[in-house]
Amino acid sequence: MSKIIYKEKLSDNVYKMRLEAPLIATERKAGQFIILQVDEDYGERIPLTIADADTEEGSITIIFQVVGLTTDELSRMNVGDDIPVLVGPLGNPTNIENFGTVVCVGGGIGVAPMHPIAQALKAAGNKVIIIMGARNKELLIMEDEMEKIADELIVVTDDGSYGRKALVTEPLKELCEKEPKPNIVFAIGPPIMMKFCALTTKPYNIYTEVSLNTIMVDGTGMCGGCRVNVGNQVKFVCVDGPEFDGHLVDFDNMMARLSEFKDIEKEKYQCYIDLMAEAKIAENESKED
Amino acid sequence: MSFQAPEELSKKAHELYEQYIPKIDEIKVKERIRIPVQEMPAQDPHVRCRNLEEVAIGYTAEEAQIEAIRCIQCPTQNCVSDCPVNINIPLFIEHTAYGRFQDAINVIKEASLLPAICGRVCPQETQCQLNCSVGKVFKTVDKSVSIGRLERFVADLEREKGNVQIPDVKPETGKKVAVVGSGPAGLVVAADVRREGHHVTIFEAFHKLGGVMRYGIPEFRLPNEIVDEEIDTLRKMGVEIRTNFVVGKTRKLADLLEKDGYDAAFVGTGAGLPIFMGIEGENLVGVFSANEYLTRANLMRAFDKKHADTPIYNSKIVAVLGGGNVAMDSARMALRLGAEKVYVVYRRTEKEMPARTEEVQHAKEEGVEFLFLQNAKRILGDEKSRVTGIECLRYELGEPDASGRRRPIAIPGSEFVIDLDTVIVAIGNSSNPLISSTTPQIKTNKWGNIIADENQKTSMDRVFAGGDIVLGAATVILAMGEGRKAAATINELLAKEIEEEKLKKVN
Repeated sequence: MSKIIYKEKLSDNVYKMRLEAPLIATERKAGQFIILQVDEDYGERIPLTIADADTEEGSITIIFQVVGLTTDELSRMNVGDDIPVLVGPLGNPTNIENFGTVVCVGGGIGVAPMHPIAQALKAAGNKVIIIMGARNKELLIMEDEMEKIADELIVVTDDGSYGRKALVTEPLKELCEKEPKPNIVFAIGPPIMMKFCALTTKPYNIYTEVSLNTIMVDGTGMCGGCRVNVGNQVKFVCVDGPEFDGHLVDFDNMMARLSEFKDIEKEKYQCYIDLMAEAKIAENESKED
Repeated sequence: MSFQAPEELSKKAHELYEQYIPKIDEIKVKERIRIPVQEMPAQDPHVRCRNLEEVAIGYTAEEAQIEAIRCIQCPTQNCVSDCPVNINIPLFIEHTAYGRFQDAINVIKEASLLPAICGRVCPQETQCQLNCSVGKVFKTVDKSVSIGRLERFVADLEREKGNVQIPDVKPETGKKVAVVGSGPAGLVVAADVRREGHHVTIFEAFHKLGGVMRYGIPEFRLPNEIVDEEIDTLRKMGVEIRTNFVVGKTRKLADLLEKDGYDAAFVGTGAGLPIFMGIEGENLVGVFSANEYLTRANLMRAFDKKHADTPIYNSKIVAVLGGGNVAMDSARMALRLGAEKVYVVYRRTEKEMPARTEEVQHAKEEGVEFLFLQNAKRILGDEKSRVTGIECLRYELGEPDASGRRRPIAIPGSEFVIDLDTVIVAIGNSSNPLISSTTPQIKTNKWGNIIADENQKTSMDRVFAGGDIVLGAATVILAMGEGRKAAATINELLAKEIEEEKLKKVN
């Protein structure tokens, strides 16, 4: 059980929460994730990257976007509520060393998991160039936090409502062409973005680390639901990852696997939304009485 | 053997009861062995294949007594030596025959802590019932005394009466033991170590306890309620339980010993990573490890489609690859989740299948179709990467291999395709790396299993291991046997230390 000690709405459907988790806060390193359930008996297990940790407070920070049933239910929880199931830190930490010049690409909600990695890379003495992007201005998160870390910050939006009107791959390509070339690239975001980041850096032979967020049940290697093809080998994201060489990941297969339960999930989510709407109507009616 | 309704079975048993029980002391050996085996009463296959309730209903008292008088109390007692925990089987069966059911369960409990579970999931036909003298007379294990069914009967009766006794716990010693994993091995260690008065903490990665008995073995074979009650007994004994705690990740094993004051640790983390076949198409959408399929259905309750948030695949035609108990569980679960057709594809013949006979029988009755001497060569998919079928090869049996089973040999050119939408891979597990990769002091073998000696000691001081993490994929009872040995070693170690500390104080 883990108490919510802070909650903030970052954008339309993106939330930030600090959760009481002293052991996880002590053990976690950049790149690792937790699994949580909003109901102990009937809830599903979802993996979320640890965005930050405070060992003094004994807390971890998660940032999530409402994309389905569990994240919606989570977003309706408030400070003081208990999250019944929280386990971690899972997965392997990011390999942090002084590479020289690094480019960190964060897309959409992917900026959140990128934050602790960029922070650790900076602390290790790297020159950190951050590219962060979103579909529009409203969906951009954590610009201030990233600005604090970045030696150079490039902000892009798909529609040009803020920063430069571009996809993240455009400035990335420019950086790859400039001398001195980046020594390494880290990319976290939607699968399609990571796929194209990897395709962008490949011709320049710049190692590109991506962090995968696949379907998981246990998160400890037992179910194999998170398996991906990496360089023609089957890897489990939970115990072998979550980070892999982006040039070797079969993103198309990964994206297909992510859609495994799409129809059922949609249906379940719709049922939940309807239920919530009915509850609201009932609540309003009782108020009127 | 076709399905017989429980009412018919109990009627027949009643007649035998009237005939034999009044003259129980005079029944001759010849008569005893002529009494027919009392079949396990079960739910009607047409009904049960769509529900999750337990398939086997269990004996009535009369059926149990009749089955018990089939035992001839032979002097060889192979059953005792073939039982991994050496239960005094003839004695508990004798008590059962006379209707002294509480005495019977007491005898079992001297050796086994989880009789209601073992009576249900032990592979009796390869253990206690394998060399039964009654079965030997007929040259078939099918005619052996049904020891497992009797064990289950007396264990259930005690439970249903609500008089399960909580084992005595000796005064607190101040010693602390960490048990990693709450499967069968861990539960036994927890109970045995706690009885000696040591503080015990069970660390479980999942949110629910029981390990494979929770996530793996389905409700229709082992109801959760039974696992809950066993765990409740541990709680009442004062065992501390910490769920959502992954030793190796949430806390390193070495830290538990060096920083958190634990005097010893037992690692019973079970079989870990599912093995895939390494064939084309295995990452297609609609291919699941049996672990994933069963964990979704059991632990995450996806069988309760209305209430559970965890989704499970809507399958029409399913192929389960493999021939063990996990394969049977997956196949039967798929039926219960609404599949129209379920195949079990196994590359040897029925004789070589490692699954319990009763499970195979039940699966057949429920309509699972077995494809023997066949195996998947590749999995076929459509443009959306969804499974559309499997290409199979036919096999024939050659010479016996290292395991003593005849080696299956593929017949070249025998390929054929089965159209389907779901493939469940149930060919076993390799070991989980979470503890070994974060605890370099623990030595493992080439398969990643932790190496433990005959007393379950590992290469790391104060760390013991047992169950599937040592054995590879084995059974509940073997895990319990190892847990028992580990607990004895831990108790001995701690007793010695307490003695030494006392001496130091005196000096």
